[in-house]
Amino acid sequence: MEMVSAQRQKVHPHKFTLWIAIGSIIMMFAGLTSAYIVKGSLPGWSTVEMPKIFFYSTGVMLLSSFTVQFALKSFKERKMNLYRRLLTLTAVLGILFIVLQVMGFEQLTASGVFLSGSTGAGQFLYVIFGLHAVHVLGGAVALLVMFFKAFSRKFRNYNAVPVEVISTYWHFVDVLWLYLFIFFLIKR
Amino acid sequence: MSNEAALHGHSEVAHSHEVHHGDDHGHHHKETFITKYVFSQDHKMIAKQFLITGMIWAILGGLMSVLFRLQLGYPDQSFPWLEDILGRWAKGGHISAENYYALVTMHGTVLVFFVLTGGLSGTFANFLIPLQIGARDMASPMMNMLSYWFFFGGSVVMLSSLFIQTGPFSGGWTAYPPLSALGSASPGSKTGMDLWIIAMAMFVISSLLGGLNYVSTVLNMRTKGMSMTKMPLTMWALFFTAVLGILSFPVLLSGFVLLLFDRHAGTSFYLSDIYITGVGALPNEGGSAILYQHLFWFLGHPEVYIILLPAMGIASEVLSVNSRKPIFGYMAMVGSMFAITILAFLVWAHHMFVTGLNPFLGSVFVLLTLLIAVPSAIKVFNWLTTIWKANIRFTPGMMFAIGFVSLFISGGLTGIFLGNSTLDIHLHDTYFVIAHFHIVMGVSAFFGMFAGVYHWFPKMYGRFMNNTMAYIHFWVTLIGAYLIFWPMHYEGLAGMPRRYWDYSIWESFKQFSELNKFISTVAIIVFAAQLMFVFNFFYSIFKGRKVTVQNPWGATTLEWTAPIRPGHGNWPGEIPEVHRWAYDYSKDGRDFIPQTEPVGADESKHH
Repeated sequence: MEMVSAQRQKVHPHKFTLWIAIGSIIMMFAGLTSAYIVKGSLPGWSTVEMPKIFFYSTGVMLLSSFTVQFALKSFKERKMNLYRRLLTLTAVLGILFIVLQVMGFEQLTASGVFLSGSTGAGQFLYVIFGLHAVHVLGGAVALLVMFFKAFSRKFRNYNAVPVEVISTYWHFVDVLWLYLFIFFLIKR
Repeated sequence: MSNEAALHGHSEVAHSHEVHHGDDHGHHHKETFITKYVFSQDHKMIAKQFLITGMIWAILGGLMSVLFRLQLGYPDQSFPWLEDILGRWAKGGHISAENYYALVTMHGTVLVFFVLTGGLSGTFANFLIPLQIGARDMASPMMNMLSYWFFFGGSVVMLSSLFIQTGPFSGGWTAYPPLSALGSASPGSKTGMDLWIIAMAMFVISSLLGGLNYVSTVLNMRTKGMSMTKMPLTMWALFFTAVLGILSFPVLLSGFVLLLFDRHAGTSFYLSDIYITGVGALPNEGGSAILYQHLFWFLGHPEVYIILLPAMGIASEVLSVNSRKPIFGYMAMVGSMFAITILAFLVWAHHMFVTGLNPFLGSVFVLLTLLIAVPSAIKVFNWLTTIWKANIRFTPGMMFAIGFVSLFISGGLTGIFLGNSTLDIHLHDTYFVIAHFHIVMGVSAFFGMFAGVYHWFPKMYGRFMNNTMAYIHFWVTLIGAYLIFWPMHYEGLAGMPRRYWDYSIWESFKQFSELNKFISTVAIIVFAAQLMFVFNFFYSIFKGRKVTVQNPWGATTLEWTAPIRPGHGNWPGEIPEVHRWAYDYSKDGRDFIPQTEPVGADESKHH
């Protein structure tokens, strides 16, 4: 919007709000991973073997970060067709990620790591990865909303802020996943 | 992004060449009853919704304390009328032990979260932030509305837990496992606990939505000339409060998530080696109840300052306005609030000194805890210096602000005792703790809230509250609060533990039965005085003396430049521009100089 540049060179309040919300989500996962560290030092702790499938989901997540970035780029260049395609692709990759996570959980269960019973890395893995998947799902829903807006004939929308907000959020859940994944690989 | 866009709804703002006029504000929405009073997006209406919901909760929470004080003061007497009102909660006119614990738990939860967090910062952050920084509304009015409705939803769920068969949660407001994690631990740990978690989760979401908005509004939507250091201290206080909430509530939420899994998915995050009579040994192994305490108190301690900081901000503003003097040490006030915000995150383990915490770690937390005395003392001395030799106007708001300082001092001093891990071995879980936190964060935060309500009531409703009732309210509450909580220090030092149902059967605590009676009697009187305040509030909304001038207190801040009854958008014309800080009182021979007045060429410098 022109008003922004005319007024003050400041971050758009919605983007700013998103950054604070990201800080808030970081605190939530910081709480959970520090709980993991505290528990990991107690006796009776059991570790888990990371299912291979989570490596694939990492790849999917990374790829989706690229697609959302290119979607933003093409939106700003007014290449609306490309934008729509990339947006759709990102949403599909997001859903695929969640499907892969569920499959990973199934592999874990098959290998004898259960949610119930004695504590161990496995229980944390279910809960933390599950909560992360919920955040990805939230992003995917937002993408779907954007998707329908992009195909709407009524509105010709050239406001880049919502697209920037969603892409920032998407990068965030990507980075968050990388952090959690590496955390679980290192901290057994 | 402009203030105008925030007000008009912008998700569909299709184009940048939509021209915004600054002067079409009074009439831009066609408001129906629903959009004006129920699903309102006007920050002033949302503030009133928070305030009135908070007041209803305060009455309920206060009533709970009256009920359990009846039991504590008169354990050997039966009150048949209690059974008439409460039914199975008070069989034979006695509050049963189970329901006593339910009442204590609900009293804590309701007062800490629903009244002093939602009701206090929900009200004043919403009401004051846009008005005092010069904004049309919050950064996202929609999110603001959602924040209230999540609060309302959480309230409904929490309230409904009072009416279920097995009763509300009864394991203490901190909801420590295993009592909170095992349904078989007590009747209240069954459905009551589930409802408690759901209500609290909704409350956390409400706080987060609100907090995001407050921070982003304060940082982004200040009017022209309103630099951060020109803001009134209320703004700084509410800003730091929101920051605390944003960073600490998510951790509580993760604690609750793990708790939910322990309750319903059979995990063992908090559970280990438990044997329940009638159930047998549980399969859970390896969990740690202390882990929950860490997660809880990582929120729980900042929560104390989430409650206290808004009261501090309100008191600073009210004291300065009614002393007709600039606040003493503005930057020191901001700095000390910042220090409190930081330290709030570094002291949580002082709630856990006797959980088997490593004594070395304990001594670190002692040091950090006692450090909080420094910014707190700075604030106290600044308040005292502000009113020192001032030409004080003893308005009801001012009385409560002075009362706040008094209570903060007396409650804060006992904090120095409790912050010591060695003294805590004796004092933990006694009435000393009860007395300390009720004075320092309970009553004093209430005093800050009352100061704010009396002071800004004219802005909220365009009328004044009744002064006579206000003064009676003040004196009864202040004297009553001290009469209730001072004796508790004494009981606590004598080792009387908190959360007991009946002290009369204990040889060591029998001696306090008359004292307990006295405390209970005063508590009932003080509660009655609060009902008078509620009456005064609602009576004055409709019948109070009308405000006839725009700036009845002669204050410098921006909210008093808005019309007496501001519409949505706050200022009918342009948003005023700010040229000076908020505390130019009694300067250069003038009573006060509004923030909107440009600095004159021959004006003396402040400080």
